[in-house]
Amino acid sequence: MEKEKIISILEAVMDPEIPVLSIADLGILREVEISGNDIIITVTPTYSGCPAMEVIRQEIRELLSDNGYPNVKINQVLSPAWTSEWMSASGREKLEAYGIAAPATTHSCTLDGPGTDRPDHCPLCRSRNIELISRFGSTSCKALYRCLDCLEPFDYFKCH
Amino acid sequence: MFSAYLLHLADNALILGHRNSEWTGHGPVLEQDIALSNIALDLIGQSRNLYQLAADQLNAGSPARKPVTEDDLAYLRDATAFKNVVLVEQPNGDWAQTILRQFYFSQFQLLQYGALLKSKEPGLAAISEKSIKETRYHVKWSSEWVCRLGDGTAESHSRMLNALETLNPLVPELFTAADYELSSASGGRGVDPADLKENWLKPVNRILEAATLPLYIFENKKRSVLSGKNGFHSEHLGYILAEMQFLQRAYPGCTW
Repeated sequence: MEKEKIISILEAVMDPEIPVLSIADLGILREVEISGNDIIITVTPTYSGCPAMEVIRQEIRELLSDNGYPNVKINQVLSPAWTSEWMSASGREKLEAYGIAAPATTHSCTLDGPGTDRPDHCPLCRSRNIELISRFGSTSCKALYRCLDCLEPFDYFKCH
Repeated sequence: MFSAYLLHLADNALILGHRNSEWTGHGPVLEQDIALSNIALDLIGQSRNLYQLAADQLNAGSPARKPVTEDDLAYLRDATAFKNVVLVEQPNGDWAQTILRQFYFSQFQLLQYGALLKSKEPGLAAISEKSIKETRYHVKWSSEWVCRLGDGTAESHSRMLNALETLNPLVPELFTAADYELSSASGGRGVDPADLKENWLKPVNRILEAATLPLYIFENKKRSVLSGKNGFHSEHLGYILAEMQFLQRAYPGCTW
């Protein structure tokens, strides 16, 4: 079916800031619709100010155009708000293999207490002996941790 | 009136975002430079969504006029047309003042977005749903810093005391409703900020207490005469706009 074909083409659209994750892995590709000659793609941002969204939109357009779909309309929706729980299982694996700790699965972005919004283990040596360096990292979606066994610093994809 | 309300929300986010972005490249340590740059990004992203919604409302209201864009609203309005609270336009000062400004505002914004989840304007409810998660994180981060500085060294404690003295008089404006807030609230699309006062004070004082700092008390005599919500700003806003709007004013429509 044509819709499946488009979805598989879009598997090649990667998050420019985490190039091992496709937009489907991340859970930001919400819907693909075909309406006559038009392809309507619905995406949602991870964070309100995520600068990768512009690049992602452009890549969707270019890739679909190269594959014979020049009429592409891209909608952005904010609700329901994206959550890191939408990341696919294979996305989580790819993330870890890339050296970024996957988001905690028990969602507890509460204000109080230590919470469980922390990586389960170091993605490099799998030690659970880790500490927070900074709540913010190189992009909106990441925090910075350090492994107390292998001593390497590493990124953590925040639970959001 | 509702578009004025949306502009007020957007201006708060944009101006604080811009202030925070002034730390980029100047943070006390790299990690915190990055933290404030990320908070700036969240806030500016939120302001974009709000300006887009405001532009939609304005354009629907006057179909004959040339449509306004989010950029027009951010870059082509003068200081008296901006409706942000005076708190967010305050200079960064030292790290303590930046932290306290963020802490006070994020605690407020958290409650405001929380109430706006139920807004009858679906676009505003959606923006609130998106933004509140980011704001929750800002509250967490700034609360930790208030504790670290207040309950830190004699130097950091005294800097926090200075920050409290500078910013405390600007807090009541957050809870003093402008006309557009009241009309939006009565129509079910906005929230009367006076209703958020008690829920703001409790967590704020809990953190200030943990930080060994004096608790916040609402008292009339320390009230500022300025009202940013109504366009009466401190001298600082004009300087922010002069820098932020320069390019679009000097080279209208310029893109890169």
